[in-house]
Amino acid sequence: MKYAFWPGCSVPRQGTPELRITAAAVCAKLGIELEDLSLAPCTGSGILQAKDLIYADTLNASTFAMAEEMGLPLMTICSTCQGVFSQARKRMKEKPDYLARINQNLAEQGMEYSGSVEVNHLLWILVEDYGLDAMRDAVVRPLKGLRVAPFYGCYLVRPSAALGFDEHPERKTSLESLIEALGAEVVEFRGKTLCCGYPLVGVNDENSAAMVGTHTLEAEEKGADCMVTPCPLCHMNLDGVQPQAGEQRGTRIRMPVLHMTQLIGLALGIDPPDLGFDRHTVSVKGVLDKLKL
Amino acid sequence: MEVKLRVSRFDPESGDGVRYQSYALEVPDYATVLEALLKIREEVDESLALRCSCLSAICGSCAMRINNQARLACKTKVKALAGDGDEIVVEPVSNMSVIKDLVADMDSFWQKVRAVDPWLQPKGPPPEREYLVAHEVMRPLADVAGCIMCGACVSDCTVLETELGLGKPPDETFLGPAALAKGYRFVADPRDGADADRLEVLSGAEGIWDCTRCNICMEVCPKGVAPMEQILALRRKAIEQGYDQVLGARHTLEFEKTVRETSWI
Repeated sequence: MKYAFWPGCSVPRQGTPELRITAAAVCAKLGIELEDLSLAPCTGSGILQAKDLIYADTLNASTFAMAEEMGLPLMTICSTCQGVFSQARKRMKEKPDYLARINQNLAEQGMEYSGSVEVNHLLWILVEDYGLDAMRDAVVRPLKGLRVAPFYGCYLVRPSAALGFDEHPERKTSLESLIEALGAEVVEFRGKTLCCGYPLVGVNDENSAAMVGTHTLEAEEKGADCMVTPCPLCHMNLDGVQPQAGEQRGTRIRMPVLHMTQLIGLALGIDPPDLGFDRHTVSVKGVLDKLKL
Repeated sequence: MEVKLRVSRFDPESGDGVRYQSYALEVPDYATVLEALLKIREEVDESLALRCSCLSAICGSCAMRINNQARLACKTKVKALAGDGDEIVVEPVSNMSVIKDLVADMDSFWQKVRAVDPWLQPKGPPPEREYLVAHEVMRPLADVAGCIMCGACVSDCTVLETELGLGKPPDETFLGPAALAKGYRFVADPRDGADADRLEVLSGAEGIWDCTRCNICMEVCPKGVAPMEQILALRRKAIEQGYDQVLGARHTLEFEKTVRETSWI
């Protein structure tokens, strides 16, 4: 198995570098080969799409063309990147005229996109391509007794028409399936597919923090030891803004939020110091204690 | 087929809170959730309150939360959600107060629709005959003009839920997907002359920049209005027409500038 690896926001220093490191470590352990695409531009995160769709789609088509040039399917590690890519791919696939227009822009860079790149989140790749049985076999440290609340990130669940749910219904519950394959217990909670509030950072911080408070407190109330997310933007908000979210409600919240790759890393036997937990705002000590690490 | 409906019940006169009541009934395979509810009301429990009229997804009366998502009961097939003997949970729309059982108080919904001045405000004196508008200009507005005001998008809006959860009075909360989409319908109408005023108001507090782009309204709208897309279209128009000093607009412009200059954010 080999993929063109799209690292997304785990590139900039202020983002989540621990995600890129742990994604690479986990893939290495599983024998998934990655070829870096770090020269590719930002996906536009939905923000650029709302400002200048043609420009945003041209950027993403250039990334698709790079993957095609490498002859590899694309792999993402971010719900937002995946959603934005999926939507761009759908627009270009459904309308040949539109693809031709985008390709005119790409021609200026000497590039061309055929319109049929495969682009999938690592979560989907693990569930669909690698397989849950193989995943269970790869686990050397089952996360027995750990209660994990899944948090998808909007773009990995909506708009569903772009995300291939018809052909791949297993995607709708992929995160729960993965958590179980790692030996942990899924904590069902309402916030699972709702918004983390990240898009409102700097625009409406009050609402953004309130969303963090709602989801982390609900996870706590349902008895979760931690939350896990396949989206670095959700991680930045749910983890990083938790102190403000607690302050807003006159309480202290201590809900560890793990990147999906960190949870997998624990189950694959990677040493906790190599999983970048020191970059988190909320300590994950409770999780490690529970796993006797 | 057999279906079990678990229905949210609330009667303000009883003094009790919300309770859930389960009904098991036999319905044809092609039955909608609304037909099942009407069968309960006609044959099992006449006290069940619900609102419906056209039974064909035109009037917008029967929006309710069915299995945790706002939908039109008349457009939702029982069989699509549940196998033989499975349970379906039916609750009133959210983000609005409940009058009784499945009937919500739509006052706050209408108040917000009225707040965007949902009527044409033509520029200059009216023409002698009808306005002539090009098909290609009006065609893209057909979807957004097709809103049936059912309130499904408002019910499931995450920003509204958040603000109401913070205890804000309903009339001080986010204008919401339905009203903002309606606002776009007039901003984009070539016959309307009040674009500047509209965009200034819609760019303000609780307006277009408060949407968190969660895509839920896109998913639950039963008529393809795509409210969030209309909100994003309003953002583009607002920036184009110079309403670019509010935080959200500045954030978008800065984001674009950074990506254009460095390819990265």
